[in-house]
Amino acid sequence: MDAVMNFGQGIFGGIWPGVWTLIKIVLIVAPLMLGVAYLTYFERKVIGFMQVRIGPNRVGPLGLIQPIADGLKLLLKEVIVPTGANKGIFVIAPMLALAPALAAWAVVPFTDSLVLANIDASLLYIMAITSMGVYGVILSGWSSNSKYAFLGAMRSAAQMVSYEISMGFSLICVLMVSNSLNLVDIVNAQHQGRLAGIGLGFLSWNWLPLLPMFMVYLISGVAETNRAPFDVAEGESEIVAGFFVEYSGMAFAVFFLAEYANMILVSALTSILFLGGWLSPVGFLPDGIFWLLAKMSAILFLFLWFRATFPRYRYDQLMRLGWKVFVPVCLVWLVVVGCWMMSPLNIWK
Amino acid sequence: MDFQTLVFFFLSAILIVASLRVITARNPVHAALFLILAFFTCGGIWSLLQAEFLAIAIILVYVGAVMVLFLFVVMMLDINLDRIRQGFWNYLPLGAILGMLMVLEMGLVLGSKYFQVPAADVALPAGISNTKSIGALMFSDYVYPFELASIVLLVGMIAAIVLTYRGPKKTKYTNPNQQVFVKAKDRVRVLQMPVEKD
Repeated sequence: MDAVMNFGQGIFGGIWPGVWTLIKIVLIVAPLMLGVAYLTYFERKVIGFMQVRIGPNRVGPLGLIQPIADGLKLLLKEVIVPTGANKGIFVIAPMLALAPALAAWAVVPFTDSLVLANIDASLLYIMAITSMGVYGVILSGWSSNSKYAFLGAMRSAAQMVSYEISMGFSLICVLMVSNSLNLVDIVNAQHQGRLAGIGLGFLSWNWLPLLPMFMVYLISGVAETNRAPFDVAEGESEIVAGFFVEYSGMAFAVFFLAEYANMILVSALTSILFLGGWLSPVGFLPDGIFWLLAKMSAILFLFLWFRATFPRYRYDQLMRLGWKVFVPVCLVWLVVVGCWMMSPLNIWK
Repeated sequence: MDFQTLVFFFLSAILIVASLRVITARNPVHAALFLILAFFTCGGIWSLLQAEFLAIAIILVYVGAVMVLFLFVVMMLDINLDRIRQGFWNYLPLGAILGMLMVLEMGLVLGSKYFQVPAADVALPAGISNTKSIGALMFSDYVYPFELASIVLLVGMIAAIVLTYRGPKKTKYTNPNQQVFVKAKDRVRVLQMPVEKD
C-alpha cells in the first residue's frame, strides 16, 4: 500500500490526494454498476424460478451475458425528446435520479477502515442525500408533458415523502441506542453486551431489540425505492410506466440504474444499521466485508421475493400503511426505547 | 488563494446566480428549482464553516421535504403570469422598503467587525461533534424556547388541518382499514355439492 502511495505521490505530486480519492470512487462505483447489471439478471432468474419458468438462458452460458446485451441495446437506441417536453429539465431529470443513489455511497462503510469518507454525521448525510432522489422522479414526470408521467410523479412524490417520515423515525431509534451518527460507530456499537460476549453476536445486533423498527425500515425501504408491492409510481397496468413513460434508450436506462442502485443502497444500510454490517454472527468466525455482502444479498433476495409474491397496493391503502400504521408504531417505539434506556434494564451501556 | 477560498467563491457565485434566477425566472417551476439549488449551495457554504449539522439539516428539511411539497403545489397550479405582473407598480414601494430593510440588516451583520462587535470564533477543535453540542444546548440551556417553538409548530399543523377539513363526507366511500382486515370466510362461502347420480 505504501509503495502505491509513494508511486502516486511521485507522479502526481500535490494533486495526488485528489487523484487517490477519484481512484477510490471508481473502486466503489464500478463494482456497484456491475452489481446493478447482475441484480437485474438475478431478479429475472429468481422470479423465473418462483413462477416455474427458466428466465434468461440464451445469451452466453446460463444467460450470464444477458445484462451486458441489454445495456448495449439501450446504449444504441435513440433518446427521444417529446415535442412538448421541457427539454433542459427532461435531460437532467435522469441524472438527478441517479446522482443521489451514487453520492450516498461516499459514507457507507464496508469494514472498520474501508470507507471513502468517515464523517461524524454520516447517517444524517445519507438521509439528506437519499431524500434528494425524489426530484428525479417529480421532474421527469412534469417535464415529459404527459398525463401518465405526471400522475406517476405525483403518486411517487407523495409516497416517498410519507415513507421518509417513518424511515427517519426508525433511524432515530438506531442513533439513540448507538449514541452516534457515525455509521462505523453504529456497527461497532452492535458488537457489545452480554450476548456478544458469549459469542452469539447476531443476538446483540439492533434487529432484535429494535424489531418493530427493523420491520418498518425494511418495508419503508421497499416503498422508498418504488419497488413492488409499492410500485404505484410505475404501475404498468394502471398508468403504463408512470414517470418514465416518455424516456427511451440510455435516458430510460439511467432511471433503471438509479432504481437498482437505490435497492443495493437500502440493503447495505439495512445490513449496517440493523444486521451488524461486517460483524460475524458468531464468535468463532472472523469479521469481514464478506458478511456485509452476504447480508446485502439476503435483503436483495427479499426485495425480489416481495415482487414475486405480493400484488400491488392500492394507493389509499399504501398511504394508510405509511401514516396510520408506521408513524404511530414508530412514535410508540421511540418512547419505549427512551424509557428502556433510562431504566436499569438498559442493555446499551 | 487557498482551496477553501476557491470553493467558497465557487459556491457563492452559484448561490447568487440561483437566487437572482428565483425572482427573475418566468416559469414558476424553474423558479422553484433555482430555489432548491440555492438551498443546496447554501448548505455547501455552511459546511465550509464547519456547521455540518445545519448544512445537512437545511438539505434534509428544505430540499428533501419542504421544497418537494412546494414543487408539487407549483406544478398543479395554473398560474397566469400576466395577471400576477399587473399589480407590479402598486406593490413596488412596499417591496422596495422591505428590501432596503433587509439590506440594512445584512449590512449590520456583515459589518459587525467594522462596528467592533466581537465575531464568534468558528475554528472547532477536532473530536467535538457539532450535532452533539447543538443537541446538548437545545435540551439544557434553551429547552423552554425549543419546547415553545415545537408547540407553535404543532398549533400551526393543527390549524392547517382544521382550515382544510370540510366535515364528514356525504358520499359513500370505502374504508381501507376494514378492507385489509377482511377474511376470505367473511366474503366467500364454500359449499359442498354431492355428485348427483340417478
